[in-house]
Amino acid sequence: MSVRIHVRVNGVDYHHDVEPRTLLVQYLRDTLRLTGTHIGCDTSSCGACTIHVNGKAAKSCTMLAVQADGCEITTIEGLSNGIELHPLQEGFRECHGLQCGFCTPGMIMTAADLLQHNPNPGESDIRHALEGNFCRCTGYHNIVKSVQYAAEKMQAVQQNKKEVAA
Amino acid sequence: MIPVAFDYQKAGSVDEAIAALSSGDSKILAGGHSLLPAMKLRLNQPAKLIDISRIEALKGIREEGGEIVIGAGTTHGDIATSELIRNKLSFFAEAAALIGDVQVRNYGTIGGSLAHADPAADWPALVLAADAGIEVKGSGGLRKIAATDFFTGFFSTALGENEIITAIRVPIPAAGTKMNYQKFSQPASRFAIVGCAAMRSPDGKTRIAFTGVSENAFRATAAENALSGQPVSDASIGSAADLALAGVNVLGDHFASSEYRQHLARVYLAKALNAVS
Repeated sequence: MSVRIHVRVNGVDYHHDVEPRTLLVQYLRDTLRLTGTHIGCDTSSCGACTIHVNGKAAKSCTMLAVQADGCEITTIEGLSNGIELHPLQEGFRECHGLQCGFCTPGMIMTAADLLQHNPNPGESDIRHALEGNFCRCTGYHNIVKSVQYAAEKMQAVQQNKKEVAA
Repeated sequence: MIPVAFDYQKAGSVDEAIAALSSGDSKILAGGHSLLPAMKLRLNQPAKLIDISRIEALKGIREEGGEIVIGAGTTHGDIATSELIRNKLSFFAEAAALIGDVQVRNYGTIGGSLAHADPAADWPALVLAADAGIEVKGSGGLRKIAATDFFTGFFSTALGENEIITAIRVPIPAAGTKMNYQKFSQPASRFAIVGCAAMRSPDGKTRIAFTGVSENAFRATAAENALSGQPVSDASIGSAADLALAGVNVLGDHFASSEYRQHLARVYLAKALNAVS
């Protein structure tokens, strides 16, 4: 059996016939060749496969591609415009938020979900929000700093926009 | 890991889902956060999945005739942030915020968790302590199963083969009732190694439920009776713990031995009771 799905990924529409058992992460990586989304534990524990589905962080190893039919998806590739880095990406670079880098796409996507709801998170908010993302290099300390960097930068940009508008 | 091949049907209504269930070896797919991991491990190999995640009638939280009604398809995340739940059923919001992680809470549903009946899931303790009713629908229509009759064993419930949970109906606690949920989480999955939910009304009527401790979540009725109307003290908590665990087959596994889990159950009962007294 195959099922026709329509998804909008990083602003581009796709129509594909997929087997119902195709995991969303496989569809993204193997069909769309968006390999920035990683498969870590494959048991919904580690968060490396985190993407946004209709604006909410989701573990794409625990979702079927058919479940995403009609949804708007953002992956790490779609977070910025491809020219400038997203403040989170910049934060991870500036604050040494990655060592091997395997967990980074998931960390950034989960952190982006947090910053949508809480633009000024404290350290414990960040650690709590990243509970579902594992870094086996154990670089959590700098990951927290990277998210704080991004939050400050995004707030400064917002403030600038307000001042320009005023 | 990829599940064994299966057919897929997106149900547009509860009745459509029930009709599809009757056609054979099928499973209901809601958030999928219990079912899909089991299917990936090939612990479960249904021939067909019926996706109910788009049925709007199964979602949302409302107040109706002295009850809080939580649609079975409501996510843990929506329960954790609901104003109505925070105001009238605060321990549901607290417990919801402790489930898994943000990604899991965005998709996992209360109905899915109850139907799956994992012995370490949080919701069973909550619905038991709140004396909720589980509203289910099958080809014979709607019926309500008391939470106390719902959990029948290891991953087993009173849900009929062709029935779907439609809502959780929780009587609104009397004003001044205190409620609390305490859990010792497994650090990776955040399932409860031990979870204890307690509720105590101003007249001292007490309800206590455990999850994670045994094959299925249960009410500690003897302990409730001993505490109801009586003051909560170290001594009364100690004897309540003895009563709560008497005759219970306490699980032991590689996370926690039976002896350790028993110890945790006493400690988490004390935490929950102190919080509601």
